[in-house]
Amino acid sequence: MKHRYSAAALARHALTGKPWPRAWRAAPPKTDYDVVIIGGGGHGLATAYYLAANHGIKRVAVLERSYIGSGNVGRNTTIVRSNYMMPGNTEFFEHSMKLWEGLSHELNFNVMLSQRGQCVLAHGPSQFDVLARRGNIMRLNGIEAELLERNEVKALLPYLDYSAESRFPIYGGLLQRRAGTARHDAVAWGYARAADDHGVDIIENCEVIGFERDQDRITGVRTTRGTIGAGRTLISVAGHSSQVAAMAGLRLPVESHLLQAFVTEAIKPLVDHVISFGAELFYLSQSDKGGLVFGGHIDGFNTYTQRGQFHKVQNVAECAVAVMPSISRLRLLRHWAGIQDMTPDGSPFMGRTPLANLWLNGGWCYQGFKATPAAGWCMAHTVAHGEEHPLVRHLALDRFRSGNGYDEYAHGNWTYKQ
Amino acid sequence: MLIIPCPHCGARDYTEFRYGGDASRPRPAHGTGTVNEWHDYVFVFDNPKGIHREYWQHVQGCRQWLVVERNTATNELSRAQLAREATRT
Amino acid sequence: MSGASHRLPTGGRVQRGETIEFEFEGRRLAGLRGDTLASALLANGVTLVGRSFKYHRPRGFLAAGVEEPNALMTLGNGARTTPNVQATVTELRSGLIARCQNAWPSVNFDLKAVLGGFAPLLGAGFYYKTFMGPRRGSWMFYEPFIRRAAGLGRAQHKSDPDRYETRHAHADVLVIGAGPAGLAAAAAAASGGAHVVLVEQDFVPGGSLLGTPATSAHEKWRLKLVAAAQAQPTLELLLRTTALGVYDGNMVALLERHDHASCDASRGEAREVVVTLRTRSIIYATGALEQPLLFGDNDRPGVMLASAARTYLNRYAVAAGRRAVVATNNDSAWHTALDLAAAGIPVTLLDQRTTADAALREGAAKAGINIHWQARPLRALGGKAVTGVLAALESGGREQRFDCDLLCMSGGWMPAAHLTTHTGRKLIHSVGIDAFMPAGLDAGHFMAGAVSGHFALSAALIEAVTAGAAAAAWAGRPAASLPPTHLPVPDQACGFEPAGAPPLRAGSKAFVDFQNDVTLNDLIAAHDEGYESVEHLKRYTTLGMGTDQGKTSNINAIRQMNLLRSTSAAETTTFRPPYVPVSVGALVGRAIGRHFRPIRRSPLHDWHVANGGVLIEAGPWLRAWYYRWAGNSAAEAYRQEMRVVRTAVGVADVSSLGKIDIQGPDAAEFLNRIYVNGFAALAPGKARYGVMLNDDASVLDDGTTACLAPHRYFMTTTTAQAGEVMSWLEFLLQTAWTDLAVQVVSVTDQWVGMSLAGPKARVALELALPGIDCSDASVPYMSVRELEYEGMPLRLLRLSFSGELAYELYVPADHGVALWERLLARAAPLGIKPYGLEALASLRIEKGHVAGLELDHRNTLDDLGLGKMASRDKPYIGRELRGRPELQAPERWSLVGLECLEAAQRLRGGAILFADGEPQVGHGRGYITSVTWSTELDKYIALGLYQGGLKHVGETVNCAYPLKNESVRARLVSPLFIDKEGARLRV
Repeated sequence: MKHRYSAAALARHALTGKPWPRAWRAAPPKTDYDVVIIGGGGHGLATAYYLAANHGIKRVAVLERSYIGSGNVGRNTTIVRSNYMMPGNTEFFEHSMKLWEGLSHELNFNVMLSQRGQCVLAHGPSQFDVLARRGNIMRLNGIEAELLERNEVKALLPYLDYSAESRFPIYGGLLQRRAGTARHDAVAWGYARAADDHGVDIIENCEVIGFERDQDRITGVRTTRGTIGAGRTLISVAGHSSQVAAMAGLRLPVESHLLQAFVTEAIKPLVDHVISFGAELFYLSQSDKGGLVFGGHIDGFNTYTQRGQFHKVQNVAECAVAVMPSISRLRLLRHWAGIQDMTPDGSPFMGRTPLANLWLNGGWCYQGFKATPAAGWCMAHTVAHGEEHPLVRHLALDRFRSGNGYDEYAHGNWTYKQ
Repeated sequence: MLIIPCPHCGARDYTEFRYGGDASRPRPAHGTGTVNEWHDYVFVFDNPKGIHREYWQHVQGCRQWLVVERNTATNELSRAQLAREATRT
Repeated sequence: MSGASHRLPTGGRVQRGETIEFEFEGRRLAGLRGDTLASALLANGVTLVGRSFKYHRPRGFLAAGVEEPNALMTLGNGARTTPNVQATVTELRSGLIARCQNAWPSVNFDLKAVLGGFAPLLGAGFYYKTFMGPRRGSWMFYEPFIRRAAGLGRAQHKSDPDRYETRHAHADVLVIGAGPAGLAAAAAAASGGAHVVLVEQDFVPGGSLLGTPATSAHEKWRLKLVAAAQAQPTLELLLRTTALGVYDGNMVALLERHDHASCDASRGEAREVVVTLRTRSIIYATGALEQPLLFGDNDRPGVMLASAARTYLNRYAVAAGRRAVVATNNDSAWHTALDLAAAGIPVTLLDQRTTADAALREGAAKAGINIHWQARPLRALGGKAVTGVLAALESGGREQRFDCDLLCMSGGWMPAAHLTTHTGRKLIHSVGIDAFMPAGLDAGHFMAGAVSGHFALSAALIEAVTAGAAAAAWAGRPAASLPPTHLPVPDQACGFEPAGAPPLRAGSKAFVDFQNDVTLNDLIAAHDEGYESVEHLKRYTTLGMGTDQGKTSNINAIRQMNLLRSTSAAETTTFRPPYVPVSVGALVGRAIGRHFRPIRRSPLHDWHVANGGVLIEAGPWLRAWYYRWAGNSAAEAYRQEMRVVRTAVGVADVSSLGKIDIQGPDAAEFLNRIYVNGFAALAPGKARYGVMLNDDASVLDDGTTACLAPHRYFMTTTTAQAGEVMSWLEFLLQTAWTDLAVQVVSVTDQWVGMSLAGPKARVALELALPGIDCSDASVPYMSVRELEYEGMPLRLLRLSFSGELAYELYVPADHGVALWERLLARAAPLGIKPYGLEALASLRIEKGHVAGLELDHRNTLDDLGLGKMASRDKPYIGRELRGRPELQAPERWSLVGLECLEAAQRLRGGAILFADGEPQVGHGRGYITSVTWSTELDKYIALGLYQGGLKHVGETVNCAYPLKNESVRARLVSPLFIDKEGARLRV
């Protein structure tokens, strides 16, 4: 790293008033690259970084149609965890967790990984058993997990609703202490800066408008800033995978849905943990800045509008008060939305497409942010070797043809699950 | 909030409806169709940014399934028909 | 801080006869009716009201309205503590308790102000560059300090004792903002009978006119406009009501505040109400927000927006200072200077321009105002209060110090166009005002007044009347008569010159975002580091992310970033709803506690409650879990209830099962298509268990369907899937199979269902319903009879979930309790007892019936051991995709039974299965789904899924439950634990 960040450097700059250099260059596009990554989000930038850092592939461009981090990496509720149960998922997300744990050092950029623990609540005996299965598998795979009875949840999170008035009384919970949150924007910036340091070109305001192809082989991309040749091309555009894939003539098992997120005014520390409701999809944490951040279910119909329905705002607010009655008095400051790829089984696609040299990383549903480091790591390996990384082989684009769906939460066909 | 003009019940909030997804894909006739045809019908979507033909059921009203045309870039609804009478134009 | 009154002897729009007492920082103070908390504090000489977020700098009032970034206070105490409330919008009420926040020990003497000394270290994004060492995870050491330092006010963990409501409303025309434009537009729109809702966030209508002297012509005009609006019978004026956001379908969320008075929750009075308003058209008359000037230490208490000083003076009769300097780059601040001078306050005016509106200049000369042209402030002087300003005069040729205790500033105005962007529209940059205004609006949306970038009253009035007429016409109720468009008062002068880059003094800070302590230096640093897109700038510096959402900072930041980048790139950050923060409780209304989600209750619910039934949530239903007759806990009671069913007879409420009436000549064909097994040949009087799949071959549901008569069927579904199945059947009939003549109707609520099970079930039935022939010959296994008993329609099905001789009885809902009580009373000699959900679930486990966690969308028909049910002779839904290779793989996990081999141990749901002797790591070979104590077998038994399934029957497995450090040995067995031949069913 040419200009390392540290407390000493901070002091030096403070004393001298010397300006910091750009975190990443404003690179103009070259005529061709070994690898072109479409999408300057967390996953695309992470992939670029690991291509350079792990595989020595440095002629890499990241093309971003807007500013980097403008998609879901900067719109999510920042939760990081590795409480996954299905073979493949357990290992992949734990690999991600381990990368998270070293990420600030790796990137020399404080991504503020805050391992304050996540507690998933159960509201009845059978939900409790589902959590137990998850927790047992975590433990059997060397991942810490604790199953809490109601009184243990109450000791840990005394401010939740344990009253007789509760519509869905808390029955127990599953705690992963290593889970927590990270500063989402910092992840994009940190990967961008570190990738740039390796010579990766990060090209903002550069929208892909088509592919260059030779028969069934992709040879480059057409962009608003000219045509760029590419040895290999990766689509990494969460929320808009169908749009970009369609330019290559591909149809995907993906629909684009809208997920809203919410933040209250900043207050002094009130909630230490990440808390997930069990009766409905709802999750809550407090940011370092002091706002309570929460999110819920998708709005429920596919859209690219990036603005949510008010009904959902009320719905999520109801969940918030149901979990933690004192939230009633706090004030909602802002709600926003991101477009996410939804897939039939809730799991992503990582790997080859029917076109040679065109690779896909998409379909992340609710779980893109926590996957960022491992997705970058595994996609870099996959693109570098022309062969899927072992941790992502189960996430093939054609898995529904063979019947190998990967339904971690048993949600089934989500379009009907509203 | 999204308002759906139900041919039976008039303009209603989308919260009275259940979304049923893409209505443009042809469903293989019962008892026919290859695995691949059923795969494409069940799992593959155009997911367009623009006009989208989609199913909605008025579950809290007349219980009729509708075919609605909506622009996914603006959420503007241009058409709503009973599914049993839906025509493609 | 002086305790002397700053209230002027005359003027203002406050009720001088009505004194209101309140408490501030433990002191008892008094204000007047019509005051805000801010104006009352200023009247009492309180100017230091807060400490800034990062540097703990002393702060006073910057504004007089909704844009205030500094004066955030904590109101109330105990469970009614509300942090972060803007004093500038808080209507003064008797007994109000207010405290400053983010200061220790007090706002006047804040030890954390020492942080200001480290300011060079704490620049934009400093935390991204440090707190990483010495080792991985070190952030966890630093983070608690950062977290404690961050945040604004302190919230409570107590439940909110106040009440909130939500309501729906409709309008032809919604007018947002009751300033002069909004009032005129609303009156115009309502003139032809359109239902107009005019909302105003303030508690007094008039908008900018409230800043004019109370004796002026403008005030007379304001009263006339209000009277004209109120004279319209179809116009509804809602004060204290803020438009939070504009959503699809012309839906606007409004927040009504009622906490200006005491709201007694016990009398059902709501503190706040969220209104979901649907309207045909919208008129935005939201005005504009004055912007600060950037100069050194522009955050000192006493530095105030010029319009705010004018409002305090004219609306509240409060002199915010005794000696004023007004610094401006536009005409509007001259009105402040003139009014201050008229109130006897000496005024110096620093205008960065070379001239101003002629009438203003003339007035200023007459008033003896000391005017400096091409003059701008360099730095405010003072600490906890401003004591003067150092200014550059003659275009920087000369510097001069001016003493003052009030420094008014105006950097121009930004249209309050936030709401217009909520539906996805962008704002464009307007050179004339160096700010952003709506480029266009959605169809049916109109705007009037300053929001459109037209700051002159004359233009606003014309625009308002035009917009009112257009909105009424759009709504289909054209205006009948339009108000005059001639402005009856002197116009507002609107000369403006962009402020440009501020000249800065070393060692001083120019604040751009006051609340989040973002300075001009932070902007420069962000630019240096490449965070130059406005969104990067916002995210990197936290600019505009405070409770004020950047109402006084966004535009200045964009202006300065454009200067740094030498561009005129015109983009704003996205304005997100809500326009002002809204209590979460108000969004929720009454949907709290038990009312969070609707509760479905069986018609027998009250009986259960009255007779020792303990209830449990089962999806939306509350069901009887167990009964106290059998024990004091579920674990104790279900065994007792099982024994009754296995040895005598029990009755369970199964009303929550989905029930669907299916009729039509093609009904048999329909059923034959949706179930994997054949239904075409199901004869009248017969019932059959069936399983249906989704198109993707996952199991949708199982249940029993009975043929009541030719073309007439009665289907039952699981409780959980009742809604899904119903919609699915309707989907098929209305989209794919429109040629089938079939009608389906949900009758779940019409019929009460009860399951009568046990070896004495037939006797019990005969005792309860004497005369009915329920012999095996008459009602054989898997049959149905439609009967009428003493005028009560009764559907009697002979089927069994428990494996015992059993009947399901269905009667119309209002006969439920009668039949239930009759069964229990008449069969009492047999020892009949009610049994609950826990026993139901346990009984079915003993018979290997799948339910609950076995039917989880991942497991296929074959996984559940039901593959044999699927017909080979007919198509059914899901058949094609069921054949995919991975779904037919021989080593898939499939249904098995398990018997516990360790007497002192128990099996647990969620345990992971390993073959005997293999290391317990990884994902195992299966898992346990359902567990019960078998009263028949005297041991724990379970259902689960295991790799290869029944091929491994007889093998020993280990059930690992590392969460409790357990591993229990069990034997794999057939899931049919008891009565394998089904002899008990057919007696």
